[in-house]
Amino acid sequence: MTVITQPEMVQAEKPAILKSVAKIALIGNPNSGKTSLFNQLTGLNQKVGNFPGVTVDKKTGYSQLTPTLKAQIIDLPGTYSLYPKSLDERVIIDLLYDPQSKHYPDLVIVTADASNLKRNLLLYTQLADLQIPVVLALNMVDLAESEGVKIDVPALHRALGVPIIPMNARKGVGMAALKIVASQQPEISTVPFFDIPEELQPALQSIKQRFDLATDYLALQYAHQYRSLKFLSEADVQWLDKLLTENNFHSNTLQGKETIARYVRINELLLDVVRVEKVQKDEKFSNRLDQILTHKIFGYLIFFAILFMVFQAVFAWASYPMDLIDLGITNLNGLIQDNFSGPLINLLTEGIIAGLGGVLIFVPQIAVLFAFIAILEETGYMARVTFMMDRIMRKFGLNGKSVVPLISGVACAVPAIMSARTIENWKDRMITIFVTPLMSCSARIPVYTVLIALVVPETYYFGFLNLQGIVLMGLYLVGFLAAIFSALLLKVLLKARERSYFIMEFPTYKMPRWKNVGLTIFEKSKTFVLEAGKVIVAVSIILWVLASYGPGNAFEEAEQLALTEAKVENLDEVQTENRIASHQLESSYAGIIGRSIEPAIKPLGYDWKIGIALLTSFAAREVFVGTISTIYSIGEEENVSTLKNKLLSEKDDNGEPFFNLARSFSLMIFYLFAMQCISTLAIVRRETKSWTWPLAQLVYMSGLAYVMAFITYQVLK
Amino acid sequence: MQKKAKMEQGQKSVRDLKIGEHGIICCLQDPEMGLKLLEMGCLPGTHVKMNSRAPLGDPITIIVNDYTLSLRLDEAETILLK
Repeated sequence: MTVITQPEMVQAEKPAILKSVAKIALIGNPNSGKTSLFNQLTGLNQKVGNFPGVTVDKKTGYSQLTPTLKAQIIDLPGTYSLYPKSLDERVIIDLLYDPQSKHYPDLVIVTADASNLKRNLLLYTQLADLQIPVVLALNMVDLAESEGVKIDVPALHRALGVPIIPMNARKGVGMAALKIVASQQPEISTVPFFDIPEELQPALQSIKQRFDLATDYLALQYAHQYRSLKFLSEADVQWLDKLLTENNFHSNTLQGKETIARYVRINELLLDVVRVEKVQKDEKFSNRLDQILTHKIFGYLIFFAILFMVFQAVFAWASYPMDLIDLGITNLNGLIQDNFSGPLINLLTEGIIAGLGGVLIFVPQIAVLFAFIAILEETGYMARVTFMMDRIMRKFGLNGKSVVPLISGVACAVPAIMSARTIENWKDRMITIFVTPLMSCSARIPVYTVLIALVVPETYYFGFLNLQGIVLMGLYLVGFLAAIFSALLLKVLLKARERSYFIMEFPTYKMPRWKNVGLTIFEKSKTFVLEAGKVIVAVSIILWVLASYGPGNAFEEAEQLALTEAKVENLDEVQTENRIASHQLESSYAGIIGRSIEPAIKPLGYDWKIGIALLTSFAAREVFVGTISTIYSIGEEENVSTLKNKLLSEKDDNGEPFFNLARSFSLMIFYLFAMQCISTLAIVRRETKSWTWPLAQLVYMSGLAYVMAFITYQVLK
Repeated sequence: MQKKAKMEQGQKSVRDLKIGEHGIICCLQDPEMGLKLLEMGCLPGTHVKMNSRAPLGDPITIIVNDYTLSLRLDEAETILLK
């Protein structure tokens, strides 16, 4: 028997299966090149959803295997074995152990890192014992060879009895062969890798019978994991519980024995297959690089330098496309308003298009940030960051892996909270999710920049340190400190459900795969636009209605009042128009609501106009700037004056500038702490599967915001 | 199994290795964490080498089966050496 590396050879061997769409699941160890393979197979033709009932990304896509055969590819979370240790990994057993499931795969492609074949084969042997049709994608063969690991592929094929495709998924080598083999009638390995202990047989046979299972090993898996299998009924679970207690089934001990037995078997098997030429006199390149990148001093210096560069990019580079988007939206609105008029046109321009613009404007920042995060993850550097930060983060009830959500939180809490899924430990993950929204996200930037521009002079120190920039950085720092000290608080309050582990493979350094980076950027931006966008657009429309209508004939009365005043004060036409608009807004529904909460926010220095903005930003913070500009510009003929000038000309009751230092800082502090993002609350609810967490977050953050803003205003007043 | 009911006084664990020092795994002390470590290839009889420590001394990386594994000190402590 030969190993199939030439697609032409395979085609002749067997007839293609007569199924229109085959379902293929991808499974493999973390870092075994599974994602690359998935991207190679599906390209842009993929979508990310959720596995039913859990918050684990389910990536599916379609791949044209042969001109006549299309396959649906499901990317399963990376795992080391079929005994899941995390929430993510649990979806694998739900999928593979329920042959009735509509997602049950026709074929499983196992990716294995050739340079670490022993550990990668553990998972393979388990799948083989389930007698699921398997193809082994032996990845990074070239890399292994350069490290002195030579694999005799035909011998491995003889030992395993399933098709083996040597490949390099990053470069796309071996893809054609893999597609062809995947389109064939799948082979089932008949070599058992693990002999189930005889004494378990009675129990396993009853399980096999009751659930009509194909293999003894699947019955054993049911015995180990019935509590995690979502598709089993309550009665089934109780039945299994009784059966296994009667049979003295010690899951933990048996799993340990099984793993050892499997490794023994794999070792025997690999004796003739893998030849390691111990040529490495010096340390591996990755380990040498680590001596610098995780160095006591240089390690942190380099990390902070990278972080600085990332933020620089997020704020400086992204500003160009952002300005373009801003300009485009303004021009579009101008164009529409010049040519059409009427309430519906106002709704379209001031409500919908302005709202959409408010969403799109953040896309460049999110794209740039996730480009960096993806590159850092791809190269393997992120693992070093979690390694260096774990000790510190742990002191605050977090985990080294909390670094990624916290950094991502600087762009947007929505994708950031979703990235907390990689944290296996429940408590660590909840704390990370809880505190991530305290990191200043890009939606707060417009609020900060507008207010900073108003009250902080553009002074330079040493020629390059800009005072405005320093204040902005200070705000980010306050947000970060708020996040970690809140985490500390939660660490004390929350009880741990399970132990926190940090046992993980330290990936070797690699060049980033730009395709993966591109896909990550696309995916995160899409998530943001869809998740946050719908809320923001909806709020923009509601706001427009509230600000454009008032009860009864309040609007006519406001106009009359304004006209009378205009006559007395001898105002010109433009001033009269503004006066009318201002009075009308005061008597609109928005104005009424804003006035009714004014007493509550007066101690913070705010008036009813800010009250309106606070209310509308309870859906999404970035609406603040939109609301403020709507409130101050609604009804104005000229939209050219910038927001800054409008705000500067605003006077308080004493005729002093309204946006003074105390008020501006009080507002910034309020926005820094407050949970004003319905999109985030929705995501937290989805990720934690309870209302307790988002509600606690809402109460905690808003309370903190009120108190801190109060202190700020009273001190600076 | 390879787990010991009681830790022998003074038995060396991976935690005690100095950077660059080698050892052979004797047993895994913690049943639950042991499963995870077994799956990651930390089997009794396997060669381990202390590779590096994080700047603050914890976590550490070890080399086992030709790959680098990172773990915390209290996790390393459960891997006893011969």
